[in-house]
Amino acid sequence: MTNKNYKTVMMNSKDKVAVALTKIEKGTTVEVNCENQLFAVTLMDELEFGHKFAVLPIKRGEDILKYGEVIGVANRDISPGEHVHIHNLDGKRGRGDKLVKQQETKINGV
Amino acid sequence: MSNNKKQKLMGYRRPNGEVGIRNHVLILPTITCSTQTAQRITELVDGTVTFIHQHGCAQVGEDYDQTFRTYVGMGSNPNVYGVVVLGLGCETHQARSVAEELKKTGKPVEVVSIQDNGGTLSTIAEGAKIAVKMVQDASAQQKEPFDFSELIIGTECGGSDACSGLSANPAVGRVSDKIVDLGGTAILAETTELIGAEHLLAERAVNDQVSKRVYEVINAMEDRAIKAGVDIRTGNPSPGNIKGGLSSLEEKSLGAATKAGTRPLQELINYAEKPSKKGLVWMDTPGQDIEQLTGMAAGGAQVILFTSGRGTPTGSPIVPVLKIATNTGIYEKMSENMDINAGTIIEGKETVDSVSDRILDEIVATCSGKKSKAEILKQHDFGIWRIGPTF
Repeated sequence: MTNKNYKTVMMNSKDKVAVALTKIEKGTTVEVNCENQLFAVTLMDELEFGHKFAVLPIKRGEDILKYGEVIGVANRDISPGEHVHIHNLDGKRGRGDKLVKQQETKINGV
Repeated sequence: MSNNKKQKLMGYRRPNGEVGIRNHVLILPTITCSTQTAQRITELVDGTVTFIHQHGCAQVGEDYDQTFRTYVGMGSNPNVYGVVVLGLGCETHQARSVAEELKKTGKPVEVVSIQDNGGTLSTIAEGAKIAVKMVQDASAQQKEPFDFSELIIGTECGGSDACSGLSANPAVGRVSDKIVDLGGTAILAETTELIGAEHLLAERAVNDQVSKRVYEVINAMEDRAIKAGVDIRTGNPSPGNIKGGLSSLEEKSLGAATKAGTRPLQELINYAEKPSKKGLVWMDTPGQDIEQLTGMAAGGAQVILFTSGRGTPTGSPIVPVLKIATNTGIYEKMSENMDINAGTIIEGKETVDSVSDRILDEIVATCSGKKSKAEILKQHDFGIWRIGPTF
């Protein structure tokens, strides 16, 4: 039986992440409901209010969706229940740093 | 359902037919050198406002034009009864040229120059004397009813958190739709914070030209970050946004875009430009709160709706800014800054639609004279989006 002292929201059935709408302790098994699909996920990390967690497995290099739209890409494999944030999600837009790295790579001939 | 659609708004009719919801006398310094003198005048004369800035000299080209347009826009805003344009005398952005443009609105406009007056003290006296007369004339003006179709609202989010895209922004989106349906205008801005959501807005453009402009302004903004050689995430989302659970600019943008409601995108206008169409309009501004707020005030917005999850004190010298909290925690913690709580949506106590009705009621009340928290706290923020170097 899951403890219902928490709130979560999953915005779109294409998404693989949901948002914690309360602080949720590590190890809590949460139910996530989205468009008549029910998921049960045990959290591997403590989640602060407003933070995301994976509901389904996400592969490295896979686009991460919220609102059914791309919010970034996974920089490593992410398991259900893991906190999804800047440590495992890279933004894809406005990435001038990548251009610099590419140029450095070219200059160094690597 | 509130009956705000039936309510008539009350405002001050201007000579050019526009309507203001405030009756400020603006002391407008066209050059950073005259801002202190302007400040002194506002300390002496009740009913006057001004703003401090660092601009107005040694600017060229498009950057010159944009600053000029911002000054003229601030003075032209219908919330301003009359303007004392305050210059130094030798600057690039001549007070006289700004005043010439402002006179086209038909409102009272006078020019005072520090060098012509022979110094600070006589300029303060001269400016204050003019302002006293303007304030008294303004106070004699009666309010009259006006229609929602004459209203321009600006929309903005700042200090976003993960709730922004779930509560306050969708509620502002509903308000935007309702204002548009009543014949009014809603300005969407902050181009930076639409990177990643541009396709959703381009789909709603009224024609191919507007759709093309959407991608042009987005690409231009994104190119600036790329040319700087940095991950835009080092500046946007900000550390506060990231602490609030936003992981990337795209995620922030998708939440920010819900402020735009669902109505067709009529046009894309430049920074500080006045909308030429009614309905939903996109102004090309950066995401920085004060610069975008200033752009919309200069574009003629009479009221600005500003959502925040982290909380913000921001206001404008001439436009009431209604701050809408995305979560109840920040609404309670920063109660002297936040006007409306949309956190009830997160708690399941209210729907997006019922909060949007409350916001609309607050707009009606604000138009009729209720003061926003930012007005009470004299948050006279002002910042120009500079697009060129200072020489």
